[in-house]
Amino acid sequence: MSGAPHLLTAREAGLVSCTRCTRVWPAGTSACGRCGKPLVSRDGYSLSRVWAWWIAGLMCYFPANLYPMLRTQVLFTVSEDTIVGGAIELAKYGSYFVALIILIASVAIPIGKFVAIAWLAVSVRRGSRARPQSRHRLYEIVEYIGRWSMIDVFVVAILTALVQLNIAASIKPGPAALAFALSVIFTMLSAQAFDPRLIWDRDTSDDGTDRA
Amino acid sequence: MHDTDIARADPAELIACPQCDALYRARMPEHGARAVCARCHTVLIAPKRRAGMTIIMLAAAVLVLVLGAVWFPFLKISRQGFVNEATLLDAAMSFTGGPLLVLSLAVTALIVLVPLARAVLTIYVLAPVVFDRPPPPGALRLFALSEALRPWSMAEIFALGCAVALVKVADLAQLSFGPAFWMFAALVFLTVIQDRWMCRWSVWHALEQGQAARRERAPA
Ligand SMILES: [Zn+2]
Ligand SMILES: [Zn+2]
Repeated sequence: MSGAPHLLTAREAGLVSCTRCTRVWPAGTSACGRCGKPLVSRDGYSLSRVWAWWIAGLMCYFPANLYPMLRTQVLFTVSEDTIVGGAIELAKYGSYFVALIILIASVAIPIGKFVAIAWLAVSVRRGSRARPQSRHRLYEIVEYIGRWSMIDVFVVAILTALVQLNIAASIKPGPAALAFALSVIFTMLSAQAFDPRLIWDRDTSDDGTDRA
Repeated sequence: MHDTDIARADPAELIACPQCDALYRARMPEHGARAVCARCHTVLIAPKRRAGMTIIMLAAAVLVLVLGAVWFPFLKISRQGFVNEATLLDAAMSFTGGPLLVLSLAVTALIVLVPLARAVLTIYVLAPVVFDRPPPPGALRLFALSEALRPWSMAEIFALGCAVALVKVADLAQLSFGPAFWMFAALVFLTVIQDRWMCRWSVWHALEQGQAARRERAPA
């Protein structure tokens, strides 16, 4: 069997489905009678919301990388580390594995996520030669993996709470912690705003329009 | 898989894939079997035997562990005679002062309040159903809330964060795990198992039927 079979969709059957509880209703129903979610056959505003959160996330991502994440004070020397700087520092002391985790969670995943969401949003508008299966797989990965970027914010929180040893050593959070947390939250909202059903609609001429 | 008169069927007997909108007749598969979307492979229905009871027990365990993990220290640090222990609340509230206070509240919500709320909601919604009673008032809306909170429950990410923090300050001071860290590790494990046992369609279906039965019994 090659490719996915063509199946009747709820929209083609003159029905509208609830994406939260999978219940199906006659077209024109305004809210799901089971879970209360407002119903739209295809969310026409989905892409606008995706782009709005995407831009907000990207705007927070720049200060998150430019400003220091941590201020470490050991005896009388104070050092400030950005995300990438901190990872390089770790690698210098031989903790390659942890440096790699930080780089993947804080650099590779966020950037990959921005690119992936943008590509998905553009591809449902313009059409794409990539199979819907692959695009859907990408969407699932983005949805699943996005939360893990929060790890760096948690590490800063843990270190700040823990490393308060008077003058021997202390750690304070930098402004990048807030910017980074916001960036992760905004990109999660961007991915959540995306309506994956748009990927599967063959007829690209009426995507985004709402027949319900 | 796909019959032509599906469009004429009662919508209540159908299920649409939330990811690709493909339409199917909702049939309860055998316990342990799964109904998967033929097009995008999203798991649609996956009932398990005695899942309700298992999920409630897991949620109760999560509740106890989160409350415990809040009070006990999860990491201990020592350097040149200075010793410090951090509890979960210390970590959550560590961003003090100015705009970072917002971050403190957000972190507290993500690692303590959201997991706690989800455990309480799960028990409240499912316990009556498991004991063959009608679902409590507002069960459908509260289950919807619990589902909406799912991506924001980040206890497992916090647990990995502890491990990273441990390595990060290894050259700065001596660190050791406290009891709360192990509680958190167990919590991560329980949350994952609970997620695997939960067949969302079965829950929605049971709650809907319970609600209908309650409405019928109520005097007009
Ligand atoms: Zn619904
Ligand atoms: Zn599907």
